[in-house]
Amino acid sequence: MAPGVPRSGDAMFASVEHVNVEIFTLTYGAIVRQLLADLEEVEEVNKQLEQMGYNIGIRLVDEFLAKCNVLRCVDFRETAEVIAKVGFKMFLGLSASVTNWDAEGTCCSMVLEDNPLVDSVELPDTCQGLYYCNILSGVIRGALEMVSMKTEVTWARDMLRGDDAFELQVKLLKQVPEENPYKDDE
Amino acid sequence: MAAIYSLYIINKSGGLIFYKDYGSAGRMDTNDSLRVASLWHSMHAISQQLSPTVGCSGIELLEADTFDLHCFQSLTGTKFFVVCEPGTQHMEGLLTVIYELYTDYVLKNPFYEMEMPIRCELFDINLTQAIQKDRVALLGR
Repeated sequence: MAPGVPRSGDAMFASVEHVNVEIFTLTYGAIVRQLLADLEEVEEVNKQLEQMGYNIGIRLVDEFLAKCNVLRCVDFRETAEVIAKVGFKMFLGLSASVTNWDAEGTCCSMVLEDNPLVDSVELPDTCQGLYYCNILSGVIRGALEMVSMKTEVTWARDMLRGDDAFELQVKLLKQVPEENPYKDDE
Repeated sequence: MAAIYSLYIINKSGGLIFYKDYGSAGRMDTNDSLRVASLWHSMHAISQQLSPTVGCSGIELLEADTFDLHCFQSLTGTKFFVVCEPGTQHMEGLLTVIYELYTDYVLKNPFYEMEMPIRCELFDINLTQAIQKDRVALLGR
């Protein structure tokens, strides 16, 4: 592949090996059920899912960068577009769109067009505070942290809780540039 | 004929996480390899500050009389650099391949701890194959 030419999300998704989506959905469901059984508190499960996602994201980002040939994004807007169009497509086969930019360009919404994690899932009354797909917010936070961006990722809309779509709110808290080995005053 | 002398992988804090020697001079002492790695990490960082061009991302190629050093830094701060014979071609391509092998066999190993020295057999095996393929391709030209 030619260096410096980014590959599209569709091309990437087509080129990787695929797994049966039922296995994926069932495995994820089993993880959430087990966490609920072990931790009992819905808030704790949300936190744990986010942490698991974080651990995935910090490793996933290098794979994304290696396989997709994307260049350094100029600003956060471009970052969000790349995540929505290439990232989600490559790993989950789903498309997302970026909307609702705030005035500074540091906060946006990503609306997922569909979501393989929640096929056939219904939240019972006892789990109403659960963010079932919270692993995704962790993945994005972990991935962006490895490229020097501290972010906060939360669910604005969740179809399992009665909303009409899955919407993630991604907020850039700060850019943390790499530390230099030598300080200027030494 | 070994076109590649050695390969180093440095984590984002400058610590050496992988070192492989392919030359006939024999394996460098561990302390020396650690020293070379942190030296390169510092030089790479300083070069970004010294550079007259804006947005410089650091040294990519160092050409000396007896060797060339090709360096690739991922956007996550991990550096892959290879020391080779002067004039060796297509080292950038090789470094990209090694980056992909790193993402496939090191990062996806759940028991590999981030930023720690790499001890992944699958990575070693696939790396050797990649270097061999590269060597064959080089000799074939």
